[in-house]
Amino acid sequence: MADVTLRKVIKRYDEVEAVRGIDLDIADHEFVVLVGPSGCGKSTTLRMIAGLEDITDGDIMIGGDVVNDVPPKDRDIAMVFQNYALYPHMTVAENMSFGLRLKHYPKAEIKSRVTEAARMLDITDLIDRKPKQLSGGQRQRVAMGRAIVRNPKVFLFDEPLSNLDAKLRVQMRIEIKKVHQKVRTTTVYVTHDQVEAMTLADRVVVMNNGRIEQIGTPNDLYHKPATRFVAGFIGSPAMNFVPCRLEEAGGKLNIRLTDRIAFPLPPARAARYQNVARSEKLLLGIRPEHITEAKPHSEPGVENFDTVLDVTEPMGMETLIYFLLDGLEVCGRVNPNAGARDGGPLRLAVDLNNMHLLNEGTGVVL
Amino acid sequence: MSTLTIDKAGPTRKVKYGSMSRDRAWALRWSYFFLVLFAIFSLVPPIYMLITSLKGSAEISAATNPWWVFHPTLENYAGLLTSNQFLTFFRNSALVSIFVVTITMLISVPAAFALARMKFWGSATLATGVFLTYLIPDSLLFIPLFKMFATIGDWTGIQLINRWYVLLFIYPTLTVPFCTWIMIGYFASIPKELDEAAIIDGASWFQTLTRIFIPVALPGLIAATIFAFTVSWAQFLYPMVFTTSADQLVLPAGIITTLIKGDVFNWGQIMTGALLGAAPPLIIYAFLMDYYIAGLTAGATKG
Repeated sequence: MADVTLRKVIKRYDEVEAVRGIDLDIADHEFVVLVGPSGCGKSTTLRMIAGLEDITDGDIMIGGDVVNDVPPKDRDIAMVFQNYALYPHMTVAENMSFGLRLKHYPKAEIKSRVTEAARMLDITDLIDRKPKQLSGGQRQRVAMGRAIVRNPKVFLFDEPLSNLDAKLRVQMRIEIKKVHQKVRTTTVYVTHDQVEAMTLADRVVVMNNGRIEQIGTPNDLYHKPATRFVAGFIGSPAMNFVPCRLEEAGGKLNIRLTDRIAFPLPPARAARYQNVARSEKLLLGIRPEHITEAKPHSEPGVENFDTVLDVTEPMGMETLIYFLLDGLEVCGRVNPNAGARDGGPLRLAVDLNNMHLLNEGTGVVL
Repeated sequence: MSTLTIDKAGPTRKVKYGSMSRDRAWALRWSYFFLVLFAIFSLVPPIYMLITSLKGSAEISAATNPWWVFHPTLENYAGLLTSNQFLTFFRNSALVSIFVVTITMLISVPAAFALARMKFWGSATLATGVFLTYLIPDSLLFIPLFKMFATIGDWTGIQLINRWYVLLFIYPTLTVPFCTWIMIGYFASIPKELDEAAIIDGASWFQTLTRIFIPVALPGLIAATIFAFTVSWAQFLYPMVFTTSADQLVLPAGIITTLIKGDVFNWGQIMTGALLGAAPPLIIYAFLMDYYIAGLTAGATKG
């Protein structure tokens, strides 16, 4: 077990800079998820930690030792691949023990480790099967077993659940979390699925364009995003962004969305945005769950307005509603009993206590 | 009992599969036509050989119906199988083929692995180059090669011309490029993650090759082996050029050189020799056919 540290790590392929100077500290036992859209450099970063890619510049440390020039086999890491990468000609047991056999572990030790890992992953019955006789989920378990038996310093997962169907993915997600709770090995996990990232991670690293946008706990990223990218990437349905500007009205600070719609800011927010230039082009960031049906009694910071719905999507426990605000589609979540219907009018409430104000040019959350 | 025929499926509609099955029927008819045609085309010569090999020389020169044996005899077989000369040819052929296959595999498998996986400067060009060498016909090469070995003999005193083992240097020029090419294709179809997993598991390049790639690519390996064996077993031009003494000859050259004396063709024994000579590759094909096909089509079906 060990901590992993990245210092100004850069990866350049000829002309293209895939990873542009990453600093990251992963503590011992921590489960860190790298998440971002495809091409953001998350997989490259993982492969550099594994040693499958050389780093162009910077340092990678595992357990305090710089491993820049250490070959993968001497880094004491284990990796789980998206397509499982099981050895097709070996049985499950042989697959899991391959690394140990190469290192000439005693037979008894190999057997006990494989048995233990198989028991943990509930694949004891499959131990003599070949990979092609297994289902996708079982193969993924074997791939994890192969990592566990090695008892490495660090687990690396490269989109391990992407090849599974939705139901199995949820199941395996829980499985991975359970395994981590048992073995407590430092884990770096790459995915493009923000739900996976949120549910698994101790800390999530959101990457975009070869850079880290933000590092934080799942709740931090959700409630206190630092940039428009993070705000838009985390959460489903995504956060709404509405162009707006601040204006003074009778000694109070208002946020004006359209010519017709302007809301007074709650005092805490007004104080926070006091110094923002009034001429600045801004975006109001508001999550769908903060646009709900209007309540009979008023609450501080919650403003009501009337609109005509465009489309509704009943989800059972809630109904997603879409309406246009100056031509821009905005999403909200209302109670299924609120009377929302396609093309129908509805009085909505926006909770400005949970709003975000972003600089439209820089995308920074103010 | 008309009451029992209740149609639960609602209104009946006559389903027509007509055009589809008609197309298929025609496609099948044409396939069978051409398959039979080519089967006849390729089977007639060996059948003719078999018939002739069972005839005595008197019957052959009597020019009776060539497709029928009136006085079947095994004298040709007995004659060849008890002739030391023929057995020497057979032994030479076997030695040459086994050694050539071994040498070819020892060179082309690691070469293919290196070219397919260990991306180094110029590896792509080299891979194409390997293939291009295969395109040069042996009829262009035999004179320069002969000259080369003669010169080596002159300079070093090591006489290789007219020794069966000179073929061990020459045949690989034919087999290595092709087998390397087959193996490159096969290795390239193995997912990259497999060797990455092996590397992370602690395997060296050599262990990755021997413990992962060779077992996984076994069908391709067998296809390459069969090819190398067939080429070295059936090669005719090079042994004719490089070996002349009767004790150094391999089968194809030996049959022609010893069984044709001047303008006297010992047809019975020639046919028998050719048939016996064709037996080993035939047996190998029969046993490894499935692997061979799997190997040749590997690149086409695996992603």
